Amino acid sequence: MSEVKQLVKELTGDYGRTEESLLPILQGIVSRERYISEEAMVEVARELDISAAQVYGTATFYSFLETETTGKYVIRVCKTISCMMHGKNDIIRELENVLRIKMGGTTHDGLFSLRETNCLGQCHKGPAMLVNDTPYTELTPEKVRKILCDIRSIEFPAN
Amino acid sequence: MASKKLKRLDLVFKDEQDIEEILKKTFSRPNSDVINDLISSGLKGRGGAGFPTGLKWKLTSDSKGDEKYVICNADEGEPGTFKDREILSRVSYKVLAGMAVCGRVIGSKKGFIYLRGEYNFLLPELNKKIEKFHEMLEKLGCGFRVEIFLGSGAYICGEESALFESMEGKRGEPRNKPPFPTISGYRGKPTVINNVETLAHTYSIFKYGPEKFQDLGVQDSRGSKVFSVSGDTPTPGIYELEFGMTLQKFVDDFGDGDTKAVQVGGAAGFCVPRKKFDKTAIGYQGKLTGTSLPTGGSMMIFNSSRSMYNVLHNYLDFFVEESCGQCTPCRVGTQQLLLGIEAVKKGEKSSAYLEKLLELAETMRVTAKCGLGQSVANSFSSIVENFKEEMIY
Repeated sequence: MSEVKQLVKELTGDYGRTEESLLPILQGIVSRERYISEEAMVEVARELDISAAQVYGTATFYSFLETETTGKYVIRVCKTISCMMHGKNDIIRELENVLRIKMGGTTHDGLFSLRETNCLGQCHKGPAMLVNDTPYTELTPEKVRKILCDIRSIEFPAN
Repeated sequence: MASKKLKRLDLVFKDEQDIEEILKKTFSRPNSDVINDLISSGLKGRGGAGFPTGLKWKLTSDSKGDEKYVICNADEGEPGTFKDREILSRVSYKVLAGMAVCGRVIGSKKGFIYLRGEYNFLLPELNKKIEKFHEMLEKLGCGFRVEIFLGSGAYICGEESALFESMEGKRGEPRNKPPFPTISGYRGKPTVINNVETLAHTYSIFKYGPEKFQDLGVQDSRGSKVFSVSGDTPTPGIYELEFGMTLQKFVDDFGDGDTKAVQVGGAAGFCVPRKKFDKTAIGYQGKLTGTSLPTGGSMMIFNSSRSMYNVLHNYLDFFVEESCGQCTPCRVGTQQLLLGIEAVKKGEKSSAYLEKLLELAETMRVTAKCGLGQSVANSFSSIVENFKEEMIY
């Protein structure tokens, strides 16, 4: 059995095989595999006995359900009004410079992907971003460099 | 100046030590008494739409069905709103108690908290509290259970019928109404869906009775409201205030002394310019007349350094991305409004084109399928009409 098949089996074991389990299953795939591949979609459809088109429709609707490969850490910078007013563009520029990628891109080492996202609900503490599930608020370019540096030192302890 | 300060209330965030006692007391009362208390308290939905909460519970309780559901809407996505996260994490047991009492009243054994994906980080703490809460319910002989359902980054899922679709594994596309959730909600079953803050308020009503709640606020807008204050303010954050204040009083308290406009109710809400601060009150009464504005609690302050064109551009960009795309007025309308203001700004279209765009926004208000598309006109028209010169030059 392929790895994806195995994972989908596990997830349907945890969440069940009803339509109501579709979103939790897709979330489970993203948290393990970082994205939902076509193979995974077909497998989920088979397990839940629904059409692959329905799985694809749901998977592509939600912005946090990635359907293309991403870095290990997905950085989502809030671009909505309050964060815009408080300098999210400076934050994005700093991230692009340090990571040497453009918005939407992934670093060569596969560690970071950079995204913009809509309101994170941190409007009183903008600018804000999520790194995977963790929110960071009241960002400054210095803070951003430190956050990236800390993650890198976790990933590459030798350095 | 101290006299400029609006009165801060402490009802929602007050401690919740006596939760078990209040639950026990409330469970021992007849369902009809609980519903009557909620109705007479005047509590209305705190998500922004303002439907009377007691009536919602009563209608669902009257609906026939072997299975019913209680859903707490924690898909707080409106730009400028962050109060639900604070309420849910600081007074979780109040929200859970509201759900359990609702379950008892309408005859439901199962509740869900639909938590937006952006708040995933709250999950471990919340699940611990839910477990403790279940133990408490067991002691009281109540079989009600609560589960968290996690969203995945879609503003539209805060719309109740889109939220049900999402929970059923589908794209978050709003349904036609009627039928309303009180008759056909999650899985086609009678469902009460309440905002986080609404449920926290029900606890205060169970505890103190409806009179205390009624004493607060003004006619048709009873009780306190938690406001999320952000933008150009020296004191951003969460504030529990009384309904009925004028925007002038609000700005005197929270503004930076140079306030040009306040956006009430987020991107889906209204922009009020300085000259109307005195005449605009915050509450449910006179909805959409522009004299009294309902709000889910988002209050964003803009000072005179801000370009209202940039503000509107940001909102429209938001709506273009968050429109679910199923109905044409919203899918195409949001895009055309955005392209339209860009064209006017660049001088590719004359300023008269703004009139056409205003017409389009008003058309969306009457033809879009759900609240998202219908409310784009709120911010669009109020910004374009009040700050026309900023749209052109």
